[in-house]
Amino acid sequence: MRIYHPIMAIVGILFVVLNLAAVLIWVERRLLALWQDRYGPNRVGPFGLLQPLADAIKLFTKEDWIPPFADKAVFVLAPAIVVITVLLSFVVIPVSPGIVVADLNIALLFFLAMSSLGVYSIVLGGWASDNKYSLLGSMRAAAQMISYEVFMGLSLMGVVILAGSFNLSDIVGAQRKMWFVIPQFLGFLLFLVAGLAETRRLPFDLPEAESELIAGFHSEYSGMKFGMFFVGEYMGITLISAMITVLFFGGWLGPGLPPVIWFLLKTLAFLCFFILVRAALPRPRFDQLMSWGWKVMFPLSLVNLLATGAMVLSLGGR
Amino acid sequence: MLSLLRTAWNVFLHAFQPRVTKQYPEQPAYLAPRWRGRIVLTRDPDGGERCVACYLCAVVCPVDCIALQATEDRHGRRYPEFFRINFSRCIFCGYCEEACPTYAIQLTPDFEMAEHKRQSLVYEKEDLLINGVGKYPGYNFWRVAGVQIGGKCKGQSENEAPPTDLHDLRP
Repeated sequence: MRIYHPIMAIVGILFVVLNLAAVLIWVERRLLALWQDRYGPNRVGPFGLLQPLADAIKLFTKEDWIPPFADKAVFVLAPAIVVITVLLSFVVIPVSPGIVVADLNIALLFFLAMSSLGVYSIVLGGWASDNKYSLLGSMRAAAQMISYEVFMGLSLMGVVILAGSFNLSDIVGAQRKMWFVIPQFLGFLLFLVAGLAETRRLPFDLPEAESELIAGFHSEYSGMKFGMFFVGEYMGITLISAMITVLFFGGWLGPGLPPVIWFLLKTLAFLCFFILVRAALPRPRFDQLMSWGWKVMFPLSLVNLLATGAMVLSLGGR
Repeated sequence: MLSLLRTAWNVFLHAFQPRVTKQYPEQPAYLAPRWRGRIVLTRDPDGGERCVACYLCAVVCPVDCIALQATEDRHGRRYPEFFRINFSRCIFCGYCEEACPTYAIQLTPDFEMAEHKRQSLVYEKEDLLINGVGKYPGYNFWRVAGVQIGGKCKGQSENEAPPTDLHDLRP
């Protein structure tokens, strides 16, 4: 079902995603301030809405410093990778029936592959910086991503079993009777945790951990290269929120309002939830993070997969 | 796990609590009457300068931000030829106010003196002098001091008896 021209979908999704990433910076600071009984940025423009613009001007006019000891080519390339991979992931997100750039039949695998490739940005950025804190941050990022990638994929297999397809539009279509968050609640929780870890957001921001590693992998970055990491992170949160919406909360499905509005509302709710988690939870120690991932989340995702498969077989499904 | 959810919920409830931030330029902060801010030189009720250029403030100043030069007018009344405070050095400790024997130098509840150029923070005597008595409305040093100046002889000050004539035996 293709109503719109793909170019229009590309332009529209790019426009919304890039602007959302900018607005999110303002939203996050205002929401964090609200939950900490402060005001946040409220001086630039009405309600401080022009704050992202002011930040962008500041970043553009800053000295674009490449340390003399850095590996220049890789150092410049690294921030671009995170933006590219996240934007590529948005290719497969079905915003509403017909509004999707590429309706791949292996869309879910494509998303997992792209989010894994995003690690390269951090590993290369930390490596090229030639700074011990950057290197420590990128080592942590690599270990964390590999560990949480495993059960991120496994936690989604339950959804695939229920929907019988890797195509995201089909997965949304299969949720017409019941959102997958009900039969796959455990899978939803696992994906939520894995998604938090994948976006390197607090409480899983060990790769940057400003209280331990200065700024982790982007210690040496300044100007718009730092801005790319920044924007990439916010687009990553948007991506994970959109994926949760698509996989567990029925995507565009909902009564009354147009499908696009439903999709945006659900995604925004999860974005706010991500910010709330950042406001509330402390960062775990690195060994706690790893043992939690391998000893708790990984077995749980296997149990979830087995139980879902058994249920579908015993109820005479496919 | 439950404690994590409880934490998140408690943080969320803060959305409905009043904010503690004061919107400063619109909502002015309360400053106590004895707040130690911008330094002024006051005048006595007659409108004359209170400062007698005794240098005590410059001596007591721990950061040496006060500079002045004493001189006398035709009545023999001491006053500062120039009086300069470098507010980029001043730490607003208030020692000068404590040291001042004539209540001339006083600290006021005002701190909004930011400048773009450091040199603009050096205040001269005309910037410091105010047309008022400050915290001590009725006080006039030259009227209570037992010092002889032009227009006032010994024994003519307030609370002062005329001087005793040592060459006279009468009671």
